[in-house]
Amino acid sequence: MDFSLTEDQRMMQESLSRTLAEAASLDRIRRFAGDPGDRGADVWAALTDFGLPGIVIAEEYGGLGLTLLDAALMSEALGRAVTPVSFLGAVLAPLALRLAGSSEQQSRWLPRLASGEVTAAVAISEAVAGARDGAGVTASGGKLSGKALFVPGGLGAELLIVADTSGALHIVEGGAAGLTREIMTGIDLTRRMAELTFDQVAAEPLTGGQGGQGVLARLRDAGWVLLAADTLGACDLMIEKAVAYAKERKQFGRVIGSFQAVKHLCAEMAAELEPCRSLVWYAGYAFDAAPEEASLVAAHAKAHLSEVSRFIARTATEVHGGMGITDLLGLHFWFKRVGLNRQLLGGPERVRALAAQMQGLTA
Amino acid sequence: MDLRLTPEMEAFRDEVRDFLDQHKDRYAPGAGVERPREAAMEWQALLIDNGYAARTIPKAYGGYGAEPDILKSRIIAEAFTAAGAPRGFANQGISMLVPTLLEVGSEEQKTRWIAPTLRGEVVWCQGYSEPGAGSDLANLQTKGVEDGEDFLISGQKIWTSTAAQADMIFCLVRTELQAPKHDGISYILFPMTTPGIEVRPLKTMTGSAEFNEVFFTDVRVPQSAVVGGRGRGWFVANATLKHERGMLGDPNATEARFAALIDLMKSETVDGQRLIDNPVMADRLMQLQARLMTMKFNGLRTLTASLNGEAAGMAGMVVKLQGCELNHQIAALAIDALGELGVLYEDGPHLRAKGSWQRNYMFDLGLIIGGGTAQIQKNIISERGLGLPREPKLAVV
Repeated sequence: MDFSLTEDQRMMQESLSRTLAEAASLDRIRRFAGDPGDRGADVWAALTDFGLPGIVIAEEYGGLGLTLLDAALMSEALGRAVTPVSFLGAVLAPLALRLAGSSEQQSRWLPRLASGEVTAAVAISEAVAGARDGAGVTASGGKLSGKALFVPGGLGAELLIVADTSGALHIVEGGAAGLTREIMTGIDLTRRMAELTFDQVAAEPLTGGQGGQGVLARLRDAGWVLLAADTLGACDLMIEKAVAYAKERKQFGRVIGSFQAVKHLCAEMAAELEPCRSLVWYAGYAFDAAPEEASLVAAHAKAHLSEVSRFIARTATEVHGGMGITDLLGLHFWFKRVGLNRQLLGGPERVRALAAQMQGLTA
Repeated sequence: MDLRLTPEMEAFRDEVRDFLDQHKDRYAPGAGVERPREAAMEWQALLIDNGYAARTIPKAYGGYGAEPDILKSRIIAEAFTAAGAPRGFANQGISMLVPTLLEVGSEEQKTRWIAPTLRGEVVWCQGYSEPGAGSDLANLQTKGVEDGEDFLISGQKIWTSTAAQADMIFCLVRTELQAPKHDGISYILFPMTTPGIEVRPLKTMTGSAEFNEVFFTDVRVPQSAVVGGRGRGWFVANATLKHERGMLGDPNATEARFAALIDLMKSETVDGQRLIDNPVMADRLMQLQARLMTMKFNGLRTLTASLNGEAAGMAGMVVKLQGCELNHQIAALAIDALGELGVLYEDGPHLRAKGSWQRNYMFDLGLIIGGGTAQIQKNIISERGLGLPREPKLAVV
């Protein structure tokens, strides 16, 4: 029985954080946020050198062949640094190919994904979180029509994995005729989302392996874990910033961290977050090692981290006093990051309703 | 991360399950404030003989004498929870006094007290808190004045559970009147039948007297009854408060309560609709399940740290705070799910689960305070865990 990270896992996470300190400094984040045309190519290049695009891709295709827990630890580090990349597609697209791709599809895409030469995005929001504004993609005669909203990383991705209204998955190439992509400007300026419009767009179905709803559920579970991990990292950093500020800021002749009113806010944040780390680890572990539990733990990780992050984002801002809400301090990048994570692939209420269903408590 | 058990541990788990299966007819809970009944004492003896209670207490003192093995302890706890079997006694004598005696007691004290305490023959109460010494426990004023070979003890204790049933008390008394406050306290054992002791029940909001007040007037106690040396009582007591905090955050007990809550929401109906089918109720249930899982995995993480001889750090510090709150919230949801049935109490044909949800809801508030208030826990987390400075002491005028 061992409920801990391996030395390798810890070192890899620390190493990514060091890479990000250079490649994705707060200055770099600000430039990215201010320029809608910025695709963060330099950040992606640094992450490619690190090997991140191939994290869950098998070694035979040039990847690292690691588990979802490893990917979640990477996601945590990316969230900590509010890194301007959409990691979701980099894990979920290879996963979709692994679970439901033909060997031809796998050998066509996986090596190029692993090397970072092409990037991928997944358009599964409607299928997982429900359709808004009449969105939804239908498949007919090998062509896709309709709209997919809220696709992180969808603006520049060369490979798109698209779920249709029946939950079946399709491969669409970024340059396909009839596909238009528009930016969906959101509060989180560190990850841009796309609105995809399909007008009779050529698509290849992903029908190998298990196919169908089972694969979509696996993608959803993996996505939930990664978003929870991203939120975990962002929250960790917000607490760190709040505590550091409370140790340094003086009022009434004392550092404010010596007032119980302030220190208890910090303690409450830490007490809420620390057990979450164990939940995220287990959710990542269960995805590969305990598939029968994986969906439920992933759901709880996603929903619970969303709730905890709302409390922490608000409280960490409050500990900073007026500075907390300024652009200068930059805490808002983390505040908004967890705000997007909360809604992507379903807000907590929807996810909890699914959690009750999947264990047979409700119909 | 590898949560599989080794074949050896799997075999051990099966052994525990077999034992519980074979002895179903002998289950007899011994918890609560009552003196244990005969059946409970027999169950306790059976558990000790098989190593499922007093597991690591040396055989010479009436325990089972196994090497400490946190994983095996965990397997036992989980198997008992899963089977709905009552654990061994977890009264204050066993969970607090016995570890103290093992750590700092004299040979004579160990030989005399540990075995009968484990068997439930001697029941103890804890004399720590006083009206003026709650969170600031070291401010306690109960005095022991030297008189020949004895102390004459006078003062008042409060929040003393089981004082009415107890044979003995382990009590913090100020014996070194000139010493600084932390250095003047002794940890003393004496019989509750000693002349000069008066016990008054302290009735709480649950309607029962789970606690008492205890008054001492010139209670004569031999100085040889001090544990761990005169004036060392603060340090002796602190060593065991740790055990109390650990006891208050046990995820297995919380898991059992949560399972009962699910059963309730699946079986109870309003207008023919099961409570679980009310989306708002189901949502609240799922929020609690997420917290329960979080605490459970946090427990596995701190367990691993202990197995590896590492400090659990922050993951360990938050257990009491989070665990007590979760228990309270589980009871709160049960009451809300029961609605008007949830405010019935004591007795009556419509009362559910003998009113235990209502009782727990009220009693758990006390546990949030007992063993270090939530506020003291937050001081510990922020000062020891996050490195924030202590509140400056007021200048003494």
